Amino acid sequence: MNRNLHSGDNRITRRTVTAGLGASVVAGIAPFNIVRAQDATLKVGVLLPRSGAQAGIGQDCQRGVDIAAGLLKELGMPPLQIMNGDTETSVEVARSRAEKMISDGAQVLVGAFDSGQSTAIAQVAEQKGIPYVINIAAAPQITEQGYKFVFRNFPTAGMILADAFANQKEIFEAAGAAPKTAVFMHVNDTFGTAMKGGIGAVMPKFNMPYNLVETIAYDPTSRDLSVEVAKAKATGADALLMVSRLNDAILITRELVKQRWSPMAILSMGPGWYEDQYLKTLGKLSDGPLSFVPWYDPNKPMSKKLDEALAKAHPGVNLNTNHVYTFEALLVAADAFKRARSTDPKALADAIRQTNITDNVSPGPGIQFNEKGQNDKLKDSAIQNRGGKLVTVAPKVAANAKVEWPMTPYDKRG
Amino acid sequence: MRRGGIVSTDIYLNVAVSGVLTGLVYGLMALGLSVIFGVVRVVNFAHGEMTTVAMYFAVVLFATLGLDPLLMMVPIAGVLFVFGYAMQRWLINPFISRPEHSQFILLVAVAIILANGLLIVFGPDARSVQTSYAFDSFKIGPLIVDATKAFAGLAAIAVAAALFAFFRFTRLGTAIRACADNYTGAQVIGLNVPRLYALTFGLGAACVGAAGAMLALVTDVTPPLGPSFTLLAFVIVIVGGLGSMSGALAGGILIGVIAALAGLFYTPSAKGMFVFAILVLVLLFRPQGIFGRRA
Repeated sequence: MNRNLHSGDNRITRRTVTAGLGASVVAGIAPFNIVRAQDATLKVGVLLPRSGAQAGIGQDCQRGVDIAAGLLKELGMPPLQIMNGDTETSVEVARSRAEKMISDGAQVLVGAFDSGQSTAIAQVAEQKGIPYVINIAAAPQITEQGYKFVFRNFPTAGMILADAFANQKEIFEAAGAAPKTAVFMHVNDTFGTAMKGGIGAVMPKFNMPYNLVETIAYDPTSRDLSVEVAKAKATGADALLMVSRLNDAILITRELVKQRWSPMAILSMGPGWYEDQYLKTLGKLSDGPLSFVPWYDPNKPMSKKLDEALAKAHPGVNLNTNHVYTFEALLVAADAFKRARSTDPKALADAIRQTNITDNVSPGPGIQFNEKGQNDKLKDSAIQNRGGKLVTVAPKVAANAKVEWPMTPYDKRG
Repeated sequence: MRRGGIVSTDIYLNVAVSGVLTGLVYGLMALGLSVIFGVVRVVNFAHGEMTTVAMYFAVVLFATLGLDPLLMMVPIAGVLFVFGYAMQRWLINPFISRPEHSQFILLVAVAIILANGLLIVFGPDARSVQTSYAFDSFKIGPLIVDATKAFAGLAAIAVAAALFAFFRFTRLGTAIRACADNYTGAQVIGLNVPRLYALTFGLGAACVGAAGAMLALVTDVTPPLGPSFTLLAFVIVIVGGLGSMSGALAGGILIGVIAALAGLFYTPSAKGMFVFAILVLVLLFRPQGIFGRRA
């Protein structure tokens, strides 16, 4: 070492080194993540399937993240520092990315669209004691584990199905017709399996006019769904009941056209059929399917603001579930940070538990969580694809159009 | 129709035909793998990624110039031929005499580079080719045949036939077969073995190019698709017989039909299970493959 460099006032002595080391140790063990200053930012790790089979939906959820900053600022919320993570549509990757994000300093996790991936992230969040706000995932078991750091502002499979059957009956009544039989096709992942279980439990309570003649489970990453559709067609069912993802919804529609089968109705109780990519890829062939999904209340002021923000950032993209619930997950995080005035995980989790946001987007009285961390007051809507747009056809209180029934056959669309 | 347990035979026929047509395209893709292994004795672990590259060529040509993948099959095969030739000549050839694990790591590295390159250029979104006949089907009696699959299947037969003819009736094809049969003998009679190896790799890659162009018609493409194609090609050539050209095509058809019928008779979720069950049976009772020769 060149001693001349450290002469005079700048000289490093043993005492300075000891003091420096001491300060470093104190700094190292101090709870540096506790920030009292309100103008500090909250580091939010947003985990989404940005690549892989669910990439289209993951990218769509990202639009909800993109438009959140401006709206949150308008609402007087503290700023969020977004950390983006890609689950690659894999449960294992979701788990490891969650761990990595927490070790990189994420103070709240948000995501991950898919039930399987969200289940894995929930386990990590609970183990590490970091609050996790689920944007979209319906498998009921996630909020049935007694977790203290996991919150979900999205309906469970049972809630979705109960609202779906109620809205279907309303539509059948309005149309003056109903299918007598239906074939049920579902993805065989965590969400699809949960929905299948839910149908068995919920459907009998609603005395539906149709009975299920066949249940067909399939792989959501499959490249060819011709056999699945052939099997469904062979049942001769009046309606097609679907629980799908995006890519498979597109593949199934193509097969319906090629195999010349136009059911009376396509009743979807999951994503895929209302997605922007579905509408753009299939054009006029995308018209007709009914989706019974968590949606937004078009009459709430915040819905209008979100719609405007989306139109400005992504012209031509229809506001949908992905944007709404991803935005609301960030709203929950920002609101909790504002009230907690701290990034301490426990303080944030306590604040999230006390959430009471009424100026929101999703249908229902607002965002509140029960003792399990579930918003159990959410309501769903029935929407229909019409000319590249989405209209709400049920429930009556939130409807802005009448249902088009039955679906126009694919070979009669010009 | 299934009413009270009665199922029309039409559906079996439709599903079987669909399986045959899909299997033909898969068979052509696997043919490339089989040709390369049969002669060069290198297992191409970047096979699926090369298929994906070819699919992206087809997608880009269609999106930018409106060129039909069926017409672009030959140019895309040509590009892949050049890529394969160059890869064998300057990248793989130095590894020919090295241990197999070195070749394995090299080609896995190539696969990862290709997949990530595609991800950088095209992003993760699924892309497809929407030709004017994308939603067409032919009704032949009780049969409804998917037009794109029919065109792709016929093109696969044409390409495979051309390749068979090349190996059977041309001097170059005979020379390549000589290299495959007896490496030392081929060197002794003065054949330029490194050049023939590069040509063979190029031909295998050209098969992949043609198959990729056709696959773009029947399925959407994403960058991470490669490994599943590689695995599928391996299953097909092992079932058909590693190194056997006719075996690859027959293996493709067999796997296509079994997957389709398993989905129909049992459950679509279990298609993969049945395919791998066939693989296990072949490995147990005919390890050289259905059309393979015993070593």
